[in-house]
Amino acid sequence: MKVVLQNLTKKFPGRSKNDKEVTAVNDFNFEIPDGRLIGLLGPSGCGKSTTLHLLSGLQKPTSGRIFFGEDDVTGLPAEKRGVGVVFQNYALYPHLTVKQNILFPLQNLKGADKLSRSEMLEKAYEAAKLVQIDELMDRKPSELSGGQQQRVAIARALVKRPRVLLLDEPLSNLDARLRLQTREEIRRIQKETQITTIFVTHDQEEAMSISDMIVVMKLGVIQQIGKPQEVYDDPVNLFVAKFLGTPPINVFDGKVRDGKLYIGDEAVLDIRDVPDQEVYVGIRPEGFVLCETGSLCCKLGGVEVMGRDISVVSTNQSSVGPTIRSIISAESKVDTGKAEVRFNVKPNKVFIFNRETEERICFRCSSAM
Amino acid sequence: MDKRNWKGWLYLLPAILFLGCFMVYPLIDVFIYSFEEGYNSASQTYYGVGTYNYSYVLHDPYFLQAVKNTFLLVIITVPASTGIALLISVGLSSIKPLRELYQTIYFLPYVTNTLAVGLVFMILFKKTAYTDGLVNLVIHWFGGESIDFIDGPYWAKMFVLCFYTIWVVMPFKILILTSALASVNQDYYNAAKVDGTSRFRIFRKITLPMISPMIFYLIITGFIGAFKAYSDAVALFGTDLNAAGMNTIVGYVYDMLYGNSGGYPSYASAAAILLFTIVLTITCINLLVSRKKVHYV
Repeated sequence: MKVVLQNLTKKFPGRSKNDKEVTAVNDFNFEIPDGRLIGLLGPSGCGKSTTLHLLSGLQKPTSGRIFFGEDDVTGLPAEKRGVGVVFQNYALYPHLTVKQNILFPLQNLKGADKLSRSEMLEKAYEAAKLVQIDELMDRKPSELSGGQQQRVAIARALVKRPRVLLLDEPLSNLDARLRLQTREEIRRIQKETQITTIFVTHDQEEAMSISDMIVVMKLGVIQQIGKPQEVYDDPVNLFVAKFLGTPPINVFDGKVRDGKLYIGDEAVLDIRDVPDQEVYVGIRPEGFVLCETGSLCCKLGGVEVMGRDISVVSTNQSSVGPTIRSIISAESKVDTGKAEVRFNVKPNKVFIFNRETEERICFRCSSAM
Repeated sequence: MDKRNWKGWLYLLPAILFLGCFMVYPLIDVFIYSFEEGYNSASQTYYGVGTYNYSYVLHDPYFLQAVKNTFLLVIITVPASTGIALLISVGLSSIKPLRELYQTIYFLPYVTNTLAVGLVFMILFKKTAYTDGLVNLVIHWFGGESIDFIDGPYWAKMFVLCFYTIWVVMPFKILILTSALASVNQDYYNAAKVDGTSRFRIFRKITLPMISPMIFYLIITGFIGAFKAYSDAVALFGTDLNAAGMNTIVGYVYDMLYGNSGGYPSYASAAAILLFTIVLTITCINLLVSRKKVHYV
């Protein structure tokens, strides 16, 4: 089911009369193709959960429309939209067994849709098998681990075969190892069912790893929509660049003078087509190359060995953040005895941003130095 | 005893001493008195030991009347007050405007002085030389006959007593239930709503089980409180409850000790032990039933 948002806006009234109203979702326009897994991504307070609530029908938009396929569902209440929702805390009914929890949505069906007991059980077991919890059907939620509860919640959301599946921070209550496992699981379930799935997260790694498409949001405004890798490689502004990637991008105060990009007094790149100006320079951690004669000189702070690669922590006067973190293949040797370390930079890992608007300035590179 | 243990006991000592003196010792004493025939607290003498006290009390028409009154009171007021309190609480939690005002109004009886409450009930029900009482005025208005609620037929007096009891215990129950309802995570309701659950089913399948520990608490304390009812009856019908036929078990115990017919600690003790047995039995039954119906999360 294709999902389309048109000029979707949600405003909340201020707490008191004098408070300004808060625009949680500001004029959203995007289209989610059928059968895709979409991540809504942003820091807390960016309106991603509100968007999810608007999609589920639990909240009504101030203006704008929502379409599921060709149907305008803007005015429909939650139960008529055919959505399945997995809540952040799973919202499993604690007094019911797993089986009863999964049966719950089916037992609400009335009239022509009403199912016989055996049909219900069949559907419940089908959903349980899909998320691999059919062994646990007679347990209470409190007797399950966090990951198992998550699966039950997904099974309950899927049992009515929703047109759209919505997940609110699906991995935030799980520990690191389980998170990795569960996100693959969510991907698998989504692939198997081919249900259009939208999930909300503040964790960029989570969003990048499983989404077909990510929507990066900030303060109720969409910043960028695209495939994870595209957004990572081609961020539209400093916010998106900073938000995606672990370790985060390194930001420097820099300037463009006569077709050269300077960090401090060191020219790091030859760039064309950019007028002289002060800029922010963002360099991805993997954009550094160790080189004895490198153009960027930093004070060596320390080296962290992580097995596959090493992370060089250094400082530079022009750096906006306190330290610079660069990821370098473990084969290259860093002389930790030295006080300084020199890098060259990979041009495609360097972004420059307007000083005021923080918008990306595109440049063409004539040659790496 | 282990060295680490005696420290713990030391901390417990004040409470143990206090409870021992004022709770456990009197309890045992009452139990002993109840088997001592004709015990006299002044001379500390008794005729003999046996079950005569129990047999006397169980054959005393006043006691039987008191048991009947108490049981009626319990059976009517506990379910009624809990049920009505639940309805009001659900209503309170589903409205937004004026909710706080309503909450205050419903809570007022709890902080109102018993005498003031008695006065209000007097105005409502008592027949005086000048007026038949407010309720009778209403009955008149609908063309009914005047009823004497305070000195009249048994059912009328029982009605007033139950009404009074329900009204007095309601605020506390509403308070407990509204906070229990407020503590149910909104996500459960959202989840149910997305699944298209009807309001009645949400209430029966989600709300009720979620607040069942609180309901159970209210029922248990309600039972115990109603079994121990006494002051309510006094406030309405005066101290000579036997004459009014509105005595309760606790009232009977009190009368046996201090009332006009008083001075019989043995009978009083036997009656008190009987009450204890009844309350214990009912509470045990409650606990057994609750195991299946109450969901502790």
